[in-house]
Amino acid sequence: MTSSDAQLPLLRIASLTKRFGGFTALDNVSVDISPGERFGLIGPNGSGKTTLINCISGAFRTEAGTVLFRDEDITPLQPHMRTRRGIARSFQIPRPFRSMTVAENLMVALDFAAGEHVSVAQRHDAMMDILTQMGLASKANVSATQLSQVELRKMELARALATHPKLLISDEAMAGLSSSEVDEVLDLLMSLASRDITIIMIEHIMQAVMRFSDRVMCLDAGKIIAIGTPSEVMGNQRVQEAYLGT
Amino acid sequence: MKRSNIAFWVGAAVFLVAIFVMTQVVGNQYPFFAGYVILQFIALAVAWSILGGYAGYVNFGTSAFFGVGVYTAVFLTKAFEAPLLVQIVTAAVIGALMGFALGLLTLRMQGIFFSIATIALTIIIETTVMNWRFVGGAAGIQIARPPATPPFDNYVQMLFFVQALLVVLAVAISRYIQNSWIGRGLQALKDDELAAECTGVPTLRLKLLACVISGALLCAIGAPSAMYLQFANPDSAFNLNYSVSTLAMSLIGGTSHWSGPIIGAILLGTTQQLLTVTISSEVNVLVLGIMLVLFVVGAPEGIIGLVRKLRGNRKEGGT
Amino acid sequence: MDLLLDAVVIGVLLGCFYGAVSIGLSVSFGLLDVPHVAHPAFLVLASYGVYIINEHYGIDPLVAGLLITPLFFVLGLVAYRLYYETFEKRGTDAGVRGIAFFFGVAFIIEVLIIMQFGVDQRSVTATYIGKSWRIADMRIPYRMLVAFAVAAALTIVLTLYLSRTFMGRAIRAVAQDQEALRLMGVNPIKVKQWAFGIATAVLGIAGALLIIVAPVEPTLDRAYIGRTFCVVVMAGLGSMSGTIVAAIILGVAESIVLTSFGASWAPAISFAMLLGVLAVRPQGLFGRRS
Repeated sequence: MTSSDAQLPLLRIASLTKRFGGFTALDNVSVDISPGERFGLIGPNGSGKTTLINCISGAFRTEAGTVLFRDEDITPLQPHMRTRRGIARSFQIPRPFRSMTVAENLMVALDFAAGEHVSVAQRHDAMMDILTQMGLASKANVSATQLSQVELRKMELARALATHPKLLISDEAMAGLSSSEVDEVLDLLMSLASRDITIIMIEHIMQAVMRFSDRVMCLDAGKIIAIGTPSEVMGNQRVQEAYLGT
Repeated sequence: MKRSNIAFWVGAAVFLVAIFVMTQVVGNQYPFFAGYVILQFIALAVAWSILGGYAGYVNFGTSAFFGVGVYTAVFLTKAFEAPLLVQIVTAAVIGALMGFALGLLTLRMQGIFFSIATIALTIIIETTVMNWRFVGGAAGIQIARPPATPPFDNYVQMLFFVQALLVVLAVAISRYIQNSWIGRGLQALKDDELAAECTGVPTLRLKLLACVISGALLCAIGAPSAMYLQFANPDSAFNLNYSVSTLAMSLIGGTSHWSGPIIGAILLGTTQQLLTVTISSEVNVLVLGIMLVLFVVGAPEGIIGLVRKLRGNRKEGGT
Repeated sequence: MDLLLDAVVIGVLLGCFYGAVSIGLSVSFGLLDVPHVAHPAFLVLASYGVYIINEHYGIDPLVAGLLITPLFFVLGLVAYRLYYETFEKRGTDAGVRGIAFFFGVAFIIEVLIIMQFGVDQRSVTATYIGKSWRIADMRIPYRMLVAFAVAAALTIVLTLYLSRTFMGRAIRAVAQDQEALRLMGVNPIKVKQWAFGIATAVLGIAGALLIIVAPVEPTLDRAYIGRTFCVVVMAGLGSMSGTIVAAIILGVAESIVLTSFGASWAPAISFAMLLGVLAVRPQGLFGRRS
């Protein structure tokens, strides 16, 4: 990585606004995320977390503001173009390709997002590599519909990883998991972060976010109410009010 | 992979040679009349499945594409006495354009709304043709066949062979799509469009591609029908029965593999031909309805799915 | 000018009739999301039921329609149960396979009618069929007035039912949030089944209107796929008052096109409007339930 890369933010969100009819889901949100950062995103239900990542990944069009990725304005791009530039995500409620096996799920990513000059054999190796890292190697030929909840979460991360992301957005990948499973997924995300993948983690499980993140941002009603180190944000009066409700 | 390719093309060549020999040897006309219809349905079902099966966009507009194919041929014959090949190629081009328009519709509507829109499209085009005097309007139009081109000494035999070529073309394309990245992308977007996009699949482009290919084939398959029947009227050319038959054949065979629609079309097409001859065309529609309902309820993955299930069970039983 | 006025008046009456034949679909497709393309086939089936009763016993078609209503209610209960067990319960792509299923059902009904009655048109006799009411320069057929009155009554009754009774409100609720209803201790499937029964029962009377307004033939349902779905989609799925307004818009449009361009364009009107609404404003003209 060159030094100029290190100075530029990987992702710059500038004055982003998203409305649904009369409801403002995101109100003038701006934030920079640096390369290699572990970024936690928290906030009560309906505060705009998922809306924000839908705007980053391209699932939603925005009313105002821009999203810059590696110094390129990606606001007008469709989701698949963003994926190919290096933005991958998992979904709050897992969305596997149900008619496919785990291996085939990953092959979609490798076919469409891993670059053109890769041979079939190389893709296959890459797939097995990722599955092994994720502890899913034994499930390669199992239908996606037969996975357990934690396996589904891991498969979604594996599929996202297969697109060769520079930025990985994990949308509540730990929801509904047991505490040992939470640790398992958290370790996986940590190991990805250690390999130069920038990660945005949305999570309700506070302990996990606090352990994971370099920096945490808290949204409430579509606005940023706090941003800083985990302890700063946790100590913030408004964050406590937003969560406890006053 | 390589070996299965060779096997496929050898099979296709054997099929075409057999069809060709049949046109040269068999004197009786009836087998060609009946066989043409079955070949036509095989081709239609295979072409339909590219969009309806792989991409999961259930198109009830088969009759729209088929009918436009028929009337392209009618128009070209009446206006320019164009040869059969020109009719088919022109129909394919128009079908591709229609397919492109249909593909744009997928931007705004999915699932059942897309299906209803395709029915609407059919009736609108049918009504337009009904009001088009040059091609005979609602009453229809007679078409005279030119003499057959050697080595065929009979026009129906020639059409039979042409339709067999279209079958091979449709199957080869469908098979290629299934085994390539296009097929995987279509399957992904069929399962979940947003997840597919976020995995890098250009869903709109793939849908447009599937619509264009499917549409071009459906239209081309319809074109020789004008010469086959020597008559065309909007009521029969755009009949909803084509849409439902084609859909039923694909679903009965199973859409998860390219061979499914072929199996379904042979099964249902042959049954229908037999019933039409031995009993009546009403019973034939009744059987169509009953088979469709039975399969959709009892075997949603079609015959292909049933076979896979049986094999899977046997495997599990063995180990 | 007179011609246009004529066309509009007839169109409004025709529209109310379209409303009556569509209102069941407004419940089954609009509220329950069942892709009921066999709705028009059920409608034609009801017309033949009315025809039999009228032909054999000389009973007024409207009364005959009322008589078959319970039968159609049961038919609806059974049809929904079957649909639920085979599609909704299994989840994925219920809509797409459901539409294929209902097409199959429609074809079966068509053929059974053809085998029993042939392809000829059938009609009923009643004192109000064949006569017209003259007002100013206009001649309004009594049968259209009957259709208008019954359609209006049907809409009012159904609207009141959905808003005033417990079951009616449960039906509206099940369309909004099935889980919420379950939490209240009501079985949403039972509610949907009941609603589908009502939607089908209404077809008894609608079928009577269909055969009062004009003779019927076995494949008449195909033209009504366009009309009924056009009305329901244009209305914004599940809105009863919207249904009647949308139906009147369709009726007037058809009537005007009929007088100015001729009957040969008529079949395309409803489908063109349907396609237009789907492409431009899929939520319908009168908003969509949230």
